Amino acid sequence: MELRLEAVGHRYDDLTVLEDISLTVQAGETLALIGPSGCGKSTLLGILGGLLQPSSGRVVAEGAVPADCLNPLTYVFQDFALLPWRTVADNVSLALEHHTLSGNERHSRIAEVLERTKLSDFASAYPRQLSGGMRQRVGIARALAVRPAVLLMDEPLSALDAQTRDLLMEDFLDLWLRERTTAVYVTHNLTEALRLADRVAVLSRRPGRLREIVPLAVPQSERGKPEAQAELARLQHHLWTLIKEGARSAEREMADG
Amino acid sequence: MAELGRETARDRVRFRGGGFAPGQRRGPALLVFAALIAFWQGGSSLGWINPLFLPSPAHIAQALYDVAASGELWRHFTASLGRILGGWAIGTAAGLALGTAMGLFTLARSIGLPLVSAIFPVPKIALLPLFILWFGIGEPSKLATIALGVFFPTVINCYSGIDGVARNLIRMAQSFDLPPRDIVRKVVLPGAMPTIIAGFRISSSVALILVVAAEMIGAEYGLGAFVLQAGHLMATDQLLAGVVCLSILGLVFGAAISALERNLLRWR
Repeated sequence: MELRLEAVGHRYDDLTVLEDISLTVQAGETLALIGPSGCGKSTLLGILGGLLQPSSGRVVAEGAVPADCLNPLTYVFQDFALLPWRTVADNVSLALEHHTLSGNERHSRIAEVLERTKLSDFASAYPRQLSGGMRQRVGIARALAVRPAVLLMDEPLSALDAQTRDLLMEDFLDLWLRERTTAVYVTHNLTEALRLADRVAVLSRRPGRLREIVPLAVPQSERGKPEAQAELARLQHHLWTLIKEGARSAEREMADG
Repeated sequence: MAELGRETARDRVRFRGGGFAPGQRRGPALLVFAALIAFWQGGSSLGWINPLFLPSPAHIAQALYDVAASGELWRHFTASLGRILGGWAIGTAAGLALGTAMGLFTLARSIGLPLVSAIFPVPKIALLPLFILWFGIGEPSKLATIALGVFFPTVINCYSGIDGVARNLIRMAQSFDLPPRDIVRKVVLPGAMPTIIAGFRISSSVALILVVAAEMIGAEYGLGAFVLQAGHLMATDQLLAGVVCLSILGLVFGAAISALERNLLRWR
């Protein structure tokens, strides 16, 4: 499925956070959305999946949705958004219960996604018993269970420590290099963007405008190799140059400024 | 030691992180309870305490046994228990309904919040005479007083419990297209449950206070009436036996709510 942003703008009261963003998320690609903090990238992701109403412009989804897809636009949240009173399996189940699925179908979907996210042994654990990395695996399992057409990820690794982040990133790649699910990945971490994305969209500081879309020519499977490092370093430098000024002024801004 | 420490170059680092971590033990509490009762009993037995004003623990136990054996206590006890449970159930049901509406809907909140703030501070027992005029001296006026007293803390806790449910969980549920009814049932109400049950603690003690007050104003049976009658007869042993019953009732309610918490909030 393809998602198209058409001249999207957004404002909170007097504050313009996004201005005139037109952008197409192509079917099967992973698009990373980066920018200095406060540039409205999370707002943009909310608009993409219909959780926020843009002040101007619109989002259009185009293309067929697979028959077994229950929720075409599916989010993975930074803070995991798990129900603490439900076990791992029941948290995944929440996304399925209101659909007309047979009990068997539901159970097999839950078992399958828990298997794929390496959570099978933790099906009856409660979120509080899990580490941050495991909790986000539950968030991902829940998203996969509805067989999404587009995954919308809002800084899914930001709440995790560096080592967990690297491990989970490898698992992400395994999961979606195989499936080629369309994905939008919001992050402020350039390393994540360079490791996971096919293209990187760079937003400017508030009001967020689209500055540049940087295609990453090296395929994801090659990016761990030493030969690719020079090219990736060049790209990282380029991306950092694009957002550095904005990041600096964002850092100096006062909360109520 | 400090002097020595200064003279030698090598010194063991002094531990200074102790204290300020109070725990809880059962032993000292039991000991003090036992000591208090023994002291009281001793004072009475030695004739230091006038039994007319403060009967000894043994006397109170005897009185408790006597009224219990005669079946009289049971009659008062069940009368009070029925009023508490009935009034509490009515007040809680109504309170949860309004509290939920105020937690979910703008209109209900806009109307309910000022209304609750205005009526909540009124001591509900002051309305009993009015309820007696409306409903007569019988059960309905007492039930109404207790229900009204229970209603307000329940509304406030239910409303703030729902209001405090994390927005991100609701957004998550919306992102998976859960119907609004399911969001309320599966996300909002379970999320508000800890606060709602905490409210039960307040409302059950309000019910206990109000039942005694209402029964003192006008009732033939009930622990409040029993305590009042005993006072009129200067039967202080029976009076205190009634008070013991009331405190046991309060403890039982507390234990029941704790059991509810353990069952419903196991995930914490």
